[in-house]
Amino acid sequence: MTPPRVRPAPGTIFAIVLGAAVPLAFVGVFFAWPVLAMVGRGFFVDGALDLGGFVEVLARPRTLRLIGLTVGQAALAAVICVLLGLPMAHVLYRLKFRGQRMLRALVILPFVLPTVVVGVAFRTLLRDGGLFGGLGLDGTFTAIMLALVFFNVAVVVRTVGTSWEGLDSRQEEAARVLGAGPARVWFTVTLPRLAPAIVSAASIVFLFCSTAFGVVLVLGGTRFGTIETEIYLLTTQFLDLRGASVLSVTQLVVVVLLLLLAARARGRRTALRRVDAALASRRPRLGDGPAIAVTLVVAVLLALPIVALVLRSLQTSDGWGIGNYLALGTTGSRNALVVTVWVALGNSLTIAVQATLVALVIGLAAALVISRQPRSRGLRRALAGFDGALMLPLGVSAVTVGFGFLITLNQPPFDLRSSPILVPIAQALVALPLVVRTILPVLTGIDGRLRESASVLGAGPGRVLRDVDLAIVARPVLAASGFAFAVALGEFGATSFLSRPDRPTLPVVIFRLIGLPGGDNFGMALAASVVLAAVTVGVIALVERLRVGTMGAF
Amino acid sequence: MQTRKKTAGLALVGIIAVGVAGCGTTQTVSDAPAPLVLVTHDSFNLSEGTLEKFTEETGIEVEVQAAGDAGELVNKLVLTKDSPLGDVVFGIDNTFASRAVNEGVLADYASPDLTDAESQYLLPAGSGLEQLTPIDNGDVCVNVDHEWFAEAGIAEPVTLDDLVKPEYKDLFVTPAANSSSPGLAFLLATVAAYGDDGWQDYWQQLVDNGVKIDAGWSDAYYVDFSGPSSEGDRPLVVSYASSPPFEVQEGDTEAPTGALLDTCFRQTEYAGVIAGTENQALAEKLVDFLFSVDVQNDIPESMYVFPVNALATLPDGWSDYAEIAEDPFVVSPDDIDANRETWLSEWAAIATP
Repeated sequence: MTPPRVRPAPGTIFAIVLGAAVPLAFVGVFFAWPVLAMVGRGFFVDGALDLGGFVEVLARPRTLRLIGLTVGQAALAAVICVLLGLPMAHVLYRLKFRGQRMLRALVILPFVLPTVVVGVAFRTLLRDGGLFGGLGLDGTFTAIMLALVFFNVAVVVRTVGTSWEGLDSRQEEAARVLGAGPARVWFTVTLPRLAPAIVSAASIVFLFCSTAFGVVLVLGGTRFGTIETEIYLLTTQFLDLRGASVLSVTQLVVVVLLLLLAARARGRRTALRRVDAALASRRPRLGDGPAIAVTLVVAVLLALPIVALVLRSLQTSDGWGIGNYLALGTTGSRNALVVTVWVALGNSLTIAVQATLVALVIGLAAALVISRQPRSRGLRRALAGFDGALMLPLGVSAVTVGFGFLITLNQPPFDLRSSPILVPIAQALVALPLVVRTILPVLTGIDGRLRESASVLGAGPGRVLRDVDLAIVARPVLAASGFAFAVALGEFGATSFLSRPDRPTLPVVIFRLIGLPGGDNFGMALAASVVLAAVTVGVIALVERLRVGTMGAF
Repeated sequence: MQTRKKTAGLALVGIIAVGVAGCGTTQTVSDAPAPLVLVTHDSFNLSEGTLEKFTEETGIEVEVQAAGDAGELVNKLVLTKDSPLGDVVFGIDNTFASRAVNEGVLADYASPDLTDAESQYLLPAGSGLEQLTPIDNGDVCVNVDHEWFAEAGIAEPVTLDDLVKPEYKDLFVTPAANSSSPGLAFLLATVAAYGDDGWQDYWQQLVDNGVKIDAGWSDAYYVDFSGPSSEGDRPLVVSYASSPPFEVQEGDTEAPTGALLDTCFRQTEYAGVIAGTENQALAEKLVDFLFSVDVQNDIPESMYVFPVNALATLPDGWSDYAEIAEDPFVVSPDDIDANRETWLSEWAAIATP
């Protein structure tokens, strides 16, 4: 039976155009324009286009090696994150047990820890004489991989988990009753339904890893590099804009190719029946053993560097104690800081709330538009392109974006160069893809017939949006807001580029402390990192709690 | 129905507007003169009330705008030449001075308050003498863990030559020259010491003698250095001459670490007026102010470097712990500008194959 055709009211089209225009304008002004302007500087020499740099830069053996390394390590990290993240998503989002919410909150912790600090914590464990010094991992590719997985496994756990927790489990049960073994059920029933979320998560991990800058620099020592570290070097050290532009374009091409692949792999959108998570989750069974084992092992591996960090933060010059934490109320040894760590935390929280709001509003509008399934093929293509465009900020060098901000947003109508607005905007840009990617799989999973029947029954488009889309998406929106908040709180690259000295965020302050000699300042940096982590876990745990019972009560 | 949808749309725009407007801008229209913008590096820091003295004298506020490390700072000025970031720049050092001068981002002005006593800090004519006023200086030197050497019963090294001797095998760690500014300074020290043709050989010997190369200074200092701040196992690290005072604990009379003063490269930081400023006269006053005794006396405690003004006084204890190299290695700014890339790529080929 074909569903009755409902002619869209002019208002709906207006809403869709507006819903698409706002995110596009946002990404256009605060991302595309600065990046294009910066890349353009490299290609226009004295007003004339010069593409000779392409051949020259791409022919350097070093460039080719770096491209290979970048793609290789990001792809490998994405695969490992999915392999480890899936069992964890199952345990943390499908089963019911005590302490589950806390564990969900803890998984996200590495995400907000400053890379420099984690890098130092990691190296403390791995160096000769460290706890794991015997493994000889210091400065190796394995060390980089461990760190990339450490930082990114949360993306898979949370993106796939939130998509999984509302999946109706009756299909699996029906298959089991009909005699299918667990493996068969997993591969033929569960996996296909999770595929879009898995591909989404994997592509985000790939993007994060291919632009991972601090991790590679600190843990790879000087033997490894990525396109990103090279762009940084060429721009900030050599002012070789041509070389940097060539690499930026190369990076962009790699990213776009990947996004196209991902879109293809995500494939046809299937309608998913969603139920309240309370119905979908159950007590652990014997068959969950392997998944629980993986979860425990990964949890321990995630905890190790963090425990190392906490332990070291409790060491002061007089032995064990909370001296480093008491020092957070001061401006540091020999007045290292302009404001106390607590003031910086306040700045961070305020800015992260603003960034989360911006990312949510824009991300939700974008996701609602992308989730429409127009009959026209061209429109569908356009939406897919729009979808991909929103992911791009993750795949472009923060240095390129940062310098781009400087040379574009410096004259009317956007003279924002020294404006405090830029920090939350930059953080929102980073969080935006995560928001869209968390909400979208759920939205596209909504059976179109649900909307159509609502319309047939007399509900106007506004009412359909409220009672169907927004109601179902309420839970992922909260998850996304927690995620966005965590990202904003820990964001360093763009923030350090734009933040004003009188209003530093916590990561900026930590970075400054770790850049000064003396055990006291270093101890303070560690204590401040622990505080940053604790606050994040607290906020995420709160979000997890708020989610209870929001279903249908939006 | 139609109105409701429009309201929804408008609400969306409204939320964004509020979200954006709520981001802390409090732009008030007033008759007060526009503040002077001082563009500087991330490490800029003065005690509370110091910059306010300038405001008391002139009625003009100073807005500090941080712009990354020294190299990033200069590059940002170059990129924004047509629409300058601010009025005054502080923090251009002798390794990047010629780039700023050659790119024409600075207006001609050097403080008339400079005297012969500061002549050692002046840049050569045509390479910054006319545009940059020296403000502070600090030495990048190999730091040594006194306690480690005392316990091991080995004599401490003294010169760069010592670092390649067998008794100091596997004891030295340095941040990389291509990703860290003290790392670059140390490379320049070796270039100055062994000449354009000899430094490569010296680095090969360092590598053969087990030098460890980390990406960043904090990595080298906090992970691999054996000093009191870390648990590493290498007692020699490239850091600043002003690092040892940080390791002095309350009640101590001696610093547990020290700087090898025969291994130092001197970094001098300069201030200048940014070309294109609309407040040339005031900007010049601010440069003079940075060179004034008020600011110069504050520099050691707030930025851990030495003032250049001969009239400035050092805080108590500084003369005991923070030492100054008598004869630091020097590479001319023009040489650095001309060769930075070549040196770095040659260095990378030897040190990080």
